Amino acid sequence: MGSAYPTIELEEARMSKQEIIEAVKAKFTDVIESVDDTKDLTIRVKKENILEICRFLACAPDLGFDYLSDICGVDYSARQPRFDVVYHIYSVNKKHRLRIKAAAGENESIDSVESVWKAANWYEREVYDMFGIVFDNHPDLRRILLPDDWKGHPLRKDYPLVTDVGEKWLEEKLVTHVPV
Amino acid sequence: MSEVQELIVNMGPQHPSTHGVLRLIVHLDGEVVTRVIPDLGYLHRGLEKLAENKTYAQFLPVTDRLDYLAAISNNLAYCLAVEKLLGLDVPKRASYIRVILAELTRIVSHLVWLATHALDLGAFTPFLYCFRERELLLDIFEMYCGSRLTTTAFRIGGVPKDIDSQIKQKIEEFVKIFPSKMNEYEALLTNNKIWLERTMNVGIISAEDAINYSLSGPCVRGSGVEWDIRRAEPYCVYNELDFDIPTGRGVGDTYDRYLVRLEEMRQSNRMIKQAFEKMPEGNLMADDPRVVPPTRDNVQTRIESLIHHFHIMAEGFNPPVGEVYQAIEAPKGELGFYIISDGSPKPYRMKIRVPSFANLQAIEKMCENGMMLADVVAIIGTLDIVLGEIDR
Repeated sequence: MGSAYPTIELEEARMSKQEIIEAVKAKFTDVIESVDDTKDLTIRVKKENILEICRFLACAPDLGFDYLSDICGVDYSARQPRFDVVYHIYSVNKKHRLRIKAAAGENESIDSVESVWKAANWYEREVYDMFGIVFDNHPDLRRILLPDDWKGHPLRKDYPLVTDVGEKWLEEKLVTHVPV
Repeated sequence: MSEVQELIVNMGPQHPSTHGVLRLIVHLDGEVVTRVIPDLGYLHRGLEKLAENKTYAQFLPVTDRLDYLAAISNNLAYCLAVEKLLGLDVPKRASYIRVILAELTRIVSHLVWLATHALDLGAFTPFLYCFRERELLLDIFEMYCGSRLTTTAFRIGGVPKDIDSQIKQKIEEFVKIFPSKMNEYEALLTNNKIWLERTMNVGIISAEDAINYSLSGPCVRGSGVEWDIRRAEPYCVYNELDFDIPTGRGVGDTYDRYLVRLEEMRQSNRMIKQAFEKMPEGNLMADDPRVVPPTRDNVQTRIESLIHHFHIMAEGFNPPVGEVYQAIEAPKGELGFYIISDGSPKPYRMKIRVPSFANLQAIEKMCENGMMLADVVAIIGTLDIVLGEIDR
């Protein structure tokens, strides 16, 4: 405890954005739809390939994306397909980040990545709760923050900011008068 | 009489040891836990939906309500994310002030953790000791920004106020006495037989599992993973400060995480001392009139500045179209803001990646291997969760 640790040479440990892209493209030739490296490195993939590509990214020794920072949904209500599922992944050893996006339509489902990163379990439940995107082969796909019998998915753009959904839900639950 | 019956105990959401409104459904075989099912959402306020309906500056005070024990860290993460989106350079002095306050917040957060964790496990004195020192720090926050918990201490583009000589003196006094106070806590707990019995080999999680479950902060370092975002992806001026990353003794149990957090408080203390030595003179806000409002003197004397101020406050500013993810090492782990901008003054989507959410998920894994019901209380304490940021 408390001993001086050597300073880590960050630049040596990191792969450059170009190297990451090349390593992924070498394995999957026509799976990546687009690449954006203006601010954070982002790749867009087809939703059918998401599990396959995540498993590769997590297991390939030179990439080593062993840490799932986050999964979130985005609703582009004017676009077809409507939703994006965004994965933020990180490598604890190599210290590099990558953002993966996959588009999913309103009544489509996407493969769960819970088998790759255990942390995906709750993240995917949250995306399901907030957007209604269904994850295939998820071990326990229930709502997480809202009650199980809630109607609607609040982070969709067509869900109003101020509603009486909450009051109606509560009214159904409350037993105000029981006749004797 | 040989029939085995599983007992289901409902723990929370009003149970004091669940640190807020966490509900656990605990399956028991005698006193041994067979399964733990967390039930969340009792504090869900829809902050991410709210973010889509507020301008960037308006959302800043809302971030205080995420991890309300470390509001300054939330402010820092949010400001850094918006500044990354805007491509804004923050003056060096402002960055140093941010680091000093963020490290003080880390100490505050860890003091509350130590106080409540020890209280849950039956030690009352550390609670009094920790809150005594926490009070000093909250007074410093109050001197700096006028409030103690919901601070809104920073602004997009810098800090609103300098650390003047009075505040500096208070902080320096604290930094001077704090190591001896740390020794007092350690004298009560570190070699205390009851404490060792209650924390050693409780809630063990291996390094591989910790990473696979996306644990971050002291929880992952307690399993021996030397990963700290302040070192791995330095933000502000952490690359100019010298600090060690404690990793415990390599078991990954509750006692390891206790050691890690104690050492982190010492390292924070060290960093604050260095930051005061290295802090340069300079501006407090970035030089960008699109985002930074004019100074108060100008607003009160010049009509152009008044109009300028009104535009920024009433309409907000228009960041470029794009998306950023910015993570910081908050007291509890990786706190990240993912912002998608469509060029309008309000974010199109904002996702807040909070450390407690992922950390709590590992409770099921930690409660395996014959943990008792009383150990569940220790494990909740060691995860250091805050429901305000889990439920958002």
